[in-house]
Amino acid sequence: MERRVYTPHSNIRKPWLMFGEMLRDIRSGQDLAVRLTIRDIKALYRQSFLGLLWAFIIPLGNTVTWIFLNGSGIVSLGDTGIPYPIYVFTGTMIWAVFSESLLAPIKKINANKATIAKVNFPREAIVMSAIYESLFNAIIKILILVVAVAAMGYSGSWSLLLLPVGILSLVLAGTAIGLVLTPIGTLYSDISKGLPLLLQFLMYTTPVVYAIPDGGLTGKIVNNNPLTPLVCTARDWLTGQPTPFLEGYLWVNLGTIIILAFMMVVFRLAIPILVERMNA
Amino acid sequence: MERETLVKVDHVGKKFCRDLKRSLWYGVQDLTSEFLGMNSGENTELRSKEFWAVKDISFEVKRGECLGLIGRNGAGKSTLLKMLNGLIRPDKGRIEMNGRIGALIELGSGFNPILTGRENIYNNGSVLGLNKREIDAALDEIIEFSEIGKFIDTPVQYYSSGMKVRLGFSVAVHMKPDVLILDEVLAVGDSGFRMKSFNKINEIMRNAAVIFVSHSMPHIATITNKILLLEKGIADYYGEDVSEGIDRYFSEFSGYNPRIEYNDFAQLDELNIQPSTIYTEQSKNSIPLIDYNDELVVNLRLKADPKYKELHIKFLITDKDLKNVGIYDSFHLDEAIMNTNGWMDVEVRVPNCIFINGEYAVTIFVQDRDKVNKRWNMLACYRYWRKFKVRASKGLGVVPSVVYLPGKLHQSIEV
Repeated sequence: MERRVYTPHSNIRKPWLMFGEMLRDIRSGQDLAVRLTIRDIKALYRQSFLGLLWAFIIPLGNTVTWIFLNGSGIVSLGDTGIPYPIYVFTGTMIWAVFSESLLAPIKKINANKATIAKVNFPREAIVMSAIYESLFNAIIKILILVVAVAAMGYSGSWSLLLLPVGILSLVLAGTAIGLVLTPIGTLYSDISKGLPLLLQFLMYTTPVVYAIPDGGLTGKIVNNNPLTPLVCTARDWLTGQPTPFLEGYLWVNLGTIIILAFMMVVFRLAIPILVERMNA
Repeated sequence: MERETLVKVDHVGKKFCRDLKRSLWYGVQDLTSEFLGMNSGENTELRSKEFWAVKDISFEVKRGECLGLIGRNGAGKSTLLKMLNGLIRPDKGRIEMNGRIGALIELGSGFNPILTGRENIYNNGSVLGLNKREIDAALDEIIEFSEIGKFIDTPVQYYSSGMKVRLGFSVAVHMKPDVLILDEVLAVGDSGFRMKSFNKINEIMRNAAVIFVSHSMPHIATITNKILLLEKGIADYYGEDVSEGIDRYFSEFSGYNPRIEYNDFAQLDELNIQPSTIYTEQSKNSIPLIDYNDELVVNLRLKADPKYKELHIKFLITDKDLKNVGIYDSFHLDEAIMNTNGWMDVEVRVPNCIFINGEYAVTIFVQDRDKVNKRWNMLACYRYWRKFKVRASKGLGVVPSVVYLPGKLHQSIEV
């Protein structure tokens, strides 16, 4: 028979026991994670007339805005290599994949607050479900993208096969950063309020709507931004361009996996302390 | 066979903070010390504005036992349950839980309003720890027990609150737990469903340890065989004498405050309830004690406005649950007091006081019957004005919620 013991001691003092329990919970929470994901996706689209179309309506709107800005000459966006409309449309869609993944953990916690505060289930299921939902949304976007880009005559031949890997990296990186913000974000609403600002800042320091500047401070920042290899490599695979950031891309992925693993531990330890103050 | 102990709670304590901003800040501190592994054990120091919500609680529940957890609002019951369920960690002590734990802390938490009842059964079931196969197997039984019928494929947002509760309860009881935690869940639903739920809990109890929280003492008295009474986080009573625990719970309430609700047209001066002769000594300077089945004698002194000629007296007798258990009405018995326009002394005798053991309050009404308009004029109302206690001298009426009926036995013997 399963035995659970609760004491005031930090679980981190017995790391092996904790990792064992964590792996067990990740496995036993699998079923639940899938179910939560299906539930949230169904609920998201059931009360909507346009349904899945929302996945690209907003990026499309952004694209139109930037095409207009570029065409009118108000801002100078540099040489993008590929036609600008394709560059900005792929950029905003890929960026949307990342930013939705970043927001997903906090959103999931808040949506399931009542359940988390009252029912003891494998907490890892929440994180898994956040990842699954982000992946689902990403797949919808990518299907639209691939069709749209191919229609404009820029389908990346064999490199399209690598695109799912690129998307997975974006989702995991977003989730990892989202998880870093979750513990404090659950306590203080300041985090949720500040997130759009942070995301905007990140977007303008990543080559989403403009090409990487050749030099200067901006060029330096953009070149050293760990998100740059993620976004550029995904776009290059999609449009069949050379991938100058491949090495950086691999390093960023390694970092993502380390942060993600670390944050899963943090998340596990944090939940009881957060539940105490959740009061849903 | 010695039954196995499924729940073991050992000197458990939990601190909470009164102040929101400070509580959040302590949360940040706790997070940090948790990750650094600094929570070495007994965090017994109270920080500013903190208090013990639960303090030094110990108990055990074995398979087949049902522990009733009672106490006033804010006594620490829910906090204790949350710790048992592993939702929050104790700051002191140790909790050991064995087997599969089913907790009904709030029914239907995790229901998504847009999805149908059937979809929600699967979601809720897997939150509670069932896999798809187990839910498939129990699905028909769950739907039948919940009495949802053909609404099972309707979105839950169109359910009545009773339907939601029935569905939630139904899912939770069909997960075959070893430890079942029930927090105030039978307060909802209609009485038919409540009866059914009771039977179900009784059925589960045979193979499980149950912890039952309720403010309804009749429920506690019927299904528990052990009581833990919490008062301000401390165990006020823990033991197997259920009626003793319930008694103590009731005595925690200063009770119904006596008050004059209305006395514009009649005034009471004195009102005394005479204790039974065998309890005369014990009743000195305290609430009068009446023996079971003895006479209830009330003496009162009153005055009324001269414009009323005939006065009627009514006593409303209320138990500790504020339930009205008896009425004496002089009008009902075709009796009245003639108004002498001065102070009048009256004695009322109720021949058989057949209330069960407990404390009762008497509310006194003085009324006038307007025979022309066929209506009542309220002259005075003294709410919960006097109390008396019933104590059976012959060992009758020891079970709360049950009245011992008088009766005669006759056996016809065929030779």
